[in-house]
Amino acid sequence: MQHDGSMQTTGVEITEDLTIPKLFFQQATRYGNNRVAMREKEFGIWRPITWQDYLENVKYIALGLISIGLEENDKVAMIGDNRPEGLWAEMATLCARGIGVWLFQDCLIDEVKYIIDHSDTKFIFGEGQEEVDKAISIFKECPKLQKIIWDDPKGMRNYDEDYLISLKEVQQLGRELEKEKPDLFEELINKGRGEEVALLFYTSGTTALPKGALLSHHNMLTMGQHLMAVDPCESADDYVSYLPFAWIGEQMMSISCGLQIGYTINFPEEPDTAQENIREIGPHVMFAPPRMYEQMTRTVQVKYLDSTWIKRKFYEFSTFVGYKVANLKFEKKPVTWYWRALEWLASITIQKKLKDHLGLSRVRNAYTGGAAMGPDHFRFFHALGVNLKQIYGQTEVAGISVVHRSGDIKFDTVGHPIPGTEVKIAEDGEILTRSPSVFLGYYKNPEATEKTLIDGWLYSGDKGFIDDDGHLVVFDRTKDVFTLKDGKPFAPQYLETRLKFSPYIRDSWVIGDKKDHISAVLCIDYAVVGKWADEKKLNYTSYQELSQMPEVYDLVEKQIRLANKDLPELAKVVKFTNLYKELDADDDELTRTRKLRRAFVEKRYEDIVKALYSDDNSVHIDTAIKYEDGRQAHIKTDLQIRTVRD
Amino acid sequence: MQGANDLIEGDVLLELSDIHMSFGKVVALAGVSLKVRKGEIHSIIGPNGAGKTVMMNCINGLYHPQQGSISYRGQEINHLKPYERAALGMSRTFQKVEVFGGMTVLDNIRLGRHIHLKSGIASGSLWAGKTAREEIEHREFIEEEIIDLLEIESIRHKPVGMLPYGLQKRVELGRALALEPELLILDEPLAGLNLEEVEDMARFILDVNEEERWKVTCLLVEHDMGVVMDLSHRVFVLNFGYMIMDGTPKKVQDNPEVIKAYLGEEDLYATRR
Repeated sequence: MQHDGSMQTTGVEITEDLTIPKLFFQQATRYGNNRVAMREKEFGIWRPITWQDYLENVKYIALGLISIGLEENDKVAMIGDNRPEGLWAEMATLCARGIGVWLFQDCLIDEVKYIIDHSDTKFIFGEGQEEVDKAISIFKECPKLQKIIWDDPKGMRNYDEDYLISLKEVQQLGRELEKEKPDLFEELINKGRGEEVALLFYTSGTTALPKGALLSHHNMLTMGQHLMAVDPCESADDYVSYLPFAWIGEQMMSISCGLQIGYTINFPEEPDTAQENIREIGPHVMFAPPRMYEQMTRTVQVKYLDSTWIKRKFYEFSTFVGYKVANLKFEKKPVTWYWRALEWLASITIQKKLKDHLGLSRVRNAYTGGAAMGPDHFRFFHALGVNLKQIYGQTEVAGISVVHRSGDIKFDTVGHPIPGTEVKIAEDGEILTRSPSVFLGYYKNPEATEKTLIDGWLYSGDKGFIDDDGHLVVFDRTKDVFTLKDGKPFAPQYLETRLKFSPYIRDSWVIGDKKDHISAVLCIDYAVVGKWADEKKLNYTSYQELSQMPEVYDLVEKQIRLANKDLPELAKVVKFTNLYKELDADDDELTRTRKLRRAFVEKRYEDIVKALYSDDNSVHIDTAIKYEDGRQAHIKTDLQIRTVRD
Repeated sequence: MQGANDLIEGDVLLELSDIHMSFGKVVALAGVSLKVRKGEIHSIIGPNGAGKTVMMNCINGLYHPQQGSISYRGQEINHLKPYERAALGMSRTFQKVEVFGGMTVLDNIRLGRHIHLKSGIASGSLWAGKTAREEIEHREFIEEEIIDLLEIESIRHKPVGMLPYGLQKRVELGRALALEPELLILDEPLAGLNLEEVEDMARFILDVNEEERWKVTCLLVEHDMGVVMDLSHRVFVLNFGYMIMDGTPKKVQDNPEVIKAYLGEEDLYATRR
């Protein structure tokens, strides 16, 4: 399966010489003050940042970095929310010929320490007090770390460590250096070559310690160009950047694609206001992991349950029509005139409004990837008239390699390879990829590199096959495929996403590899179930208490029965328990991109698994939970175990 | 947190001398004197029913003491009404939040800005000239100084009554700050909050006290001893209408009389940490 052919959709020719800074410099001088590169909502108002502002900020930070001692190939780490300053810092690092390393905002101290130490980071950009505190606490243990650069002055008044320096001071040093050497910035940019390392990106890893993938400028730029060849964007488009920069998908949209197209990148005011801000902007393109779409689905379902009779009837009508039309399109059957007429009616009465509330009113292409998304969620969005597409990718290909094409969407596949990309299936079913975007190798880890990169092919570790229409179908991670009692293979993620389609269930974990039956451990959605309990006049004080109420068990059981419907007998959930807490990346139960770390949870909740396969109807738990600042709390409780009745 | 717990020997901002206040035969305050100096966080502690809230009510003018004098910036204010004291730069929050539940967060905070509005009815009804300019200035102040400080961007337009208690307390603080007070009276700002909310609130109090932009003198009534001892420059101990002592947190903690007053009420020393 291959896609080739040259394309020039972005208008940027990617030569071996082209680097991200060179492209950035070209675009910034081309657009100057005439076009808005970014927007940030600050103090309640959207504030524009032109390409000229962008260039100047980056320039002075870059020169400032040189002033404080950045040398070629030094690593500079960044940690913080999505803000223009974060992107400036990254771009400045690249311009100054350093290598960028991003950390997830909510990383625990140990993770921060591991990545900073392993990557040999010299400088770290922290947004404000919280990030600075994290960096200070590991400073002594990371001998290569020299300076901590901070930006938001809030709470920083009493810090006097000499290795702290503010972003403003760095920029001031940059201005001074520019007076001395006015051509230095451009000289630095011109030195770069495409094959050089741009980013050192740590993969979230469901199984082992994070590995640092080395990505070149060429990797990143070809990635962006190939995606844009499939679904072109325009420079007048808007994009909202609110997912962590430490996630390769966000880099792909903000840097790889953003720079080539020149669309406006919008930054929300605060993480909490992202959904509201997305609605205000109405982006044209969106890329998010399934959990964001799951959240949107849940929001709609809950609002539906809350609304008046007449509204519910309208909604039911519009979803009926929406699903019908979407199914016709999935099956590539013609949509007859009366269905079109009904679709129009559904659109003007309900769908338009709903899409507006979700911030999807102008979206041409919405992508999801990074984890499995259930067919139910997928159909939900198509029934709303949102062109949602699956992608398949990984950090090691600088983003994505396979995507659905408009009008050719099958919800159990991830589509066709993007241009310039070859995908084939190895004999054991492993998915292999070859493209100019395939990474250079893992940092300081030749064994892993050797196992992953063979003859230019990237060995993904995922299993899959190519179907009759040439679509790639991805199974779970090779290790994650279950064998049912009758010997048939079974993907637990399929059932997990089905369970999560219920608004009351936030997370699910399905167990049953080589066991007698399938069991599930479920995390209720605190907000939704809490509201449901309020309406039922049930009293509770905490998540833990709410999750163990018999009424809540009844509710969850009902949801499981819905998910079980139409499944083969052996693939149905037989026993379940409600977990006393939500699964959390801070407890290592999920990766930072919210993928379930199956092996870890199986070990951590060994007692629960054991109880689910015994005759007990409850299990005693005594465990510790971790907070981001390193504190721990103890939890002792009994979990009920219930068998699903028919 | 350097600076906290160091004594500040500034000018006296607020002075209570020999305040007597009784309700019928119940004596709430029997000759209480207190000096609050500019720039400090001065806490008042005492068992339940010691008269702390009565003292606060005397200071901001809800009650008028039967005897004794209250002076602010050296000027006697016994006769002034609460709103006149507010105009002098005195602002407060309440033990049980007193916000306008049906109004949005922003409207509640704007209300605190009321005394700074100078334009008249005529330009106000046309929303032109002076009013428009004024509103833009106030908007900037509220957004940049208060909403940003208290991190309540995501709830700006939500009705306060719908918010959890911890956030309502934050909004109430926001409204008190909108007045740009010189003296901020906080009546049990931490009561009913969970650990995380307590940490946030303590940080906000420190911020408004220490940040160059604010430098607000705080008079704090609080039961959470951990926070009181960490934040305060001075602690005033009240026991059923009488002062036991007034001094640094260290001295207060070591004072046998204070310990005795609290004997049998160990929970008052309990802290959430």
